[in-house]
Amino acid sequence: MEKALKKYGPIFVLPTLLAFTIGFIIPFIEGLYLSFCQFTTVKNAKFVGLSNYQSILADEQFISAFGFTVSYAVVSIVVINVIALGLALLLTRELKGTNIFRTVFFMPNLIGGIVLGYIWQILINCVLSIVGQPLLALNSQAGYWGLIILTAWQQIGYMMIIYIAGLQNVPDDLIEAAAIDGANAWQTFWKVKLPMIMSSITVCVFLTLTNSFKLFDQNLALTAGDPAHSTEMLALNIYQTFYSRAGMQWKGFGQAKAVLFCILVVVISFAQLRATRSKEVQR
Amino acid sequence: MKKLLALILAMACMLTVFTACGGGEVEADTPSVYYLNFKPEQDAQWQALAKAYTDETGVPVTVVTAASGEYETTLMAEMGKSDAPTLFQVNGPVGLANWKDYCYDFSGSEVYGQLLGDDFALVEDGKVYGLAYVIETYGIIANTKLLDKAGYTVEDIKSFADLKKVAEDIQARKDELGFAAFSSAGMDGSSDWRFKTHLANLPLTFEYQTEGITPGTIKGTYLDNYRNIWDLYINNSTCDPAELSAKTGNDAVTEMIDGKAVFYQNGTWAAGDLAAIIDDLTMIPLYIGVGDEANQGLCTGSENYWCVNSQASQEDIDATLAFLNWCVTSDTGINGMCKEMGFVIPFAKALPADNKFVKEADAMIAAGKASIGWNFPTMPSEEWKNMVGQALTTYAADQTDDNWNVVVKNFVDGWAAEYKLANG
Repeated sequence: MEKALKKYGPIFVLPTLLAFTIGFIIPFIEGLYLSFCQFTTVKNAKFVGLSNYQSILADEQFISAFGFTVSYAVVSIVVINVIALGLALLLTRELKGTNIFRTVFFMPNLIGGIVLGYIWQILINCVLSIVGQPLLALNSQAGYWGLIILTAWQQIGYMMIIYIAGLQNVPDDLIEAAAIDGANAWQTFWKVKLPMIMSSITVCVFLTLTNSFKLFDQNLALTAGDPAHSTEMLALNIYQTFYSRAGMQWKGFGQAKAVLFCILVVVISFAQLRATRSKEVQR
Repeated sequence: MKKLLALILAMACMLTVFTACGGGEVEADTPSVYYLNFKPEQDAQWQALAKAYTDETGVPVTVVTAASGEYETTLMAEMGKSDAPTLFQVNGPVGLANWKDYCYDFSGSEVYGQLLGDDFALVEDGKVYGLAYVIETYGIIANTKLLDKAGYTVEDIKSFADLKKVAEDIQARKDELGFAAFSSAGMDGSSDWRFKTHLANLPLTFEYQTEGITPGTIKGTYLDNYRNIWDLYINNSTCDPAELSAKTGNDAVTEMIDGKAVFYQNGTWAAGDLAAIIDDLTMIPLYIGVGDEANQGLCTGSENYWCVNSQASQEDIDATLAFLNWCVTSDTGINGMCKEMGFVIPFAKALPADNKFVKEADAMIAAGKASIGWNFPTMPSEEWKNMVGQALTTYAADQTDDNWNVVVKNFVDGWAAEYKLANG
């Protein structure tokens, strides 16, 4: 079997590798090059060196979008993971109707971000209108919490499933042994279950972290950055720079932002992977 | 057997990768025309016109229509391809700045000779970069039937003061009459251009007229008038001004059709949406209390300019120019543009339009009223419009002087800042 794999490995890898090269590696390298250029169409680019990157530092909107993204990410990662883990603990207790609950909690994840964004926009605007507050387009506080509620509602179910899988893999004998040693429910959770599901936590935190940084459709549909770009996240800021601006100086600028954004997401997620992996328990 | 299976799987994967790239190739040898159309409403008519031209001359014409709001994105992607559009459009001087390197100089071409004058062309540095192909008009659409119920006729509205008097009186009797003065001035993306762009054109145009044009700066001479009409719109309408940020273009149309409001600021293109009640409607000038109001006409102009791709092969450029000339001179072409598409075209052989609002606009011009030009294509950027719109929405929800000062600041200072960003 091993031999056959070695022999035919390249053949199996080839199609995917080709697709990956055409669909990712080549555009990425081209994008990297374009970030040093001014252009209107990608075939007709003029090399300008580092000036695009220099203008990023002077772009207040990009910096404020970065700040908004970070503050959103921190809160949403905590909210999503704590609630998802809580639900997972509840739904691994063999309650009646567990499967129905799991399905219901998972369902929001099946709806696309744009649709969700518009649905929540209507909902939140109705609530704001009833309590006499400015509507979403004029209310950056509501926009911020709206985004957190929306993405929490969407992602909790997904993360919950991963935590459930992790919890079900905690060996019964460990829990039994803890019970015999006189551990209470909190101690069992904190000292036994949690270390055993560290790998699930790594995965979930990684997913919520990257999702938060890359968030685009929900942001576009719910607030579109209103009021005055104050709820604009990084991905939307890049999109607006590239597409809503006329003139060739903006295209390379947007491209440079995108490259920087990509590096940022990769660095942050690797740092996180490293940090949580080191806490994982070897079985 | 296993080898075979592996091979088949590999081939299948390759296929899925490459099928996406195939298809849609046009023969490069014969000259051809590729039009990237901006107006989705007229896609079917353009396809028919293209087919008629191909049947007549044998020159293949491809018409592709970009989805609404996606034109710049589509154009950017298409222009990067080897068979790029030979004919595309820009929306005025600011749009032209983006595509100038790709615009062929129309000087001396037959189709340019057909144009009614340089008012309808995008001319910079002596070069003709774009030709307007459709002229549109906007003003305040008024429901005469409801106006009659309230005891007025359109003849009573000859100035901003009249408009204010009539609107406020109707609004005061709203419960008794069963309708409001103005339809909702929605500031959702589907409707905010009516105010941040079209309405803002009035203070802008009057300033250009009295103060002259200085690129990159604007004084905001008539912004108090802008405030007055905006106040009138938002405080005499079907809804609470605080709710405007979520009101859409469709909301206003529905209110008009249901007879919930008398006035609706929009243009000739809205005739289709309002077809159900078109007989009761008329279009009156947008008075803001500036200039010679007795002689003021509607706002007429264009933001749709044809451009020919200068980077296409000379054969394709010639074929495109011939196609354009055919569109505005041949019977089939003229009929297609003026009757099928319902356009008012600024070319010598244009036919009169069927659109009710267009007829009214023509009648006003014939009666000697002075049309207001479309100067909003000179607005420095989309960002400028968005910032003005945002400030208008904030002001509507909380009508304080401080909030209005933000509108003024975004209008005046924002103009200078955005002009600088756009022009270096």
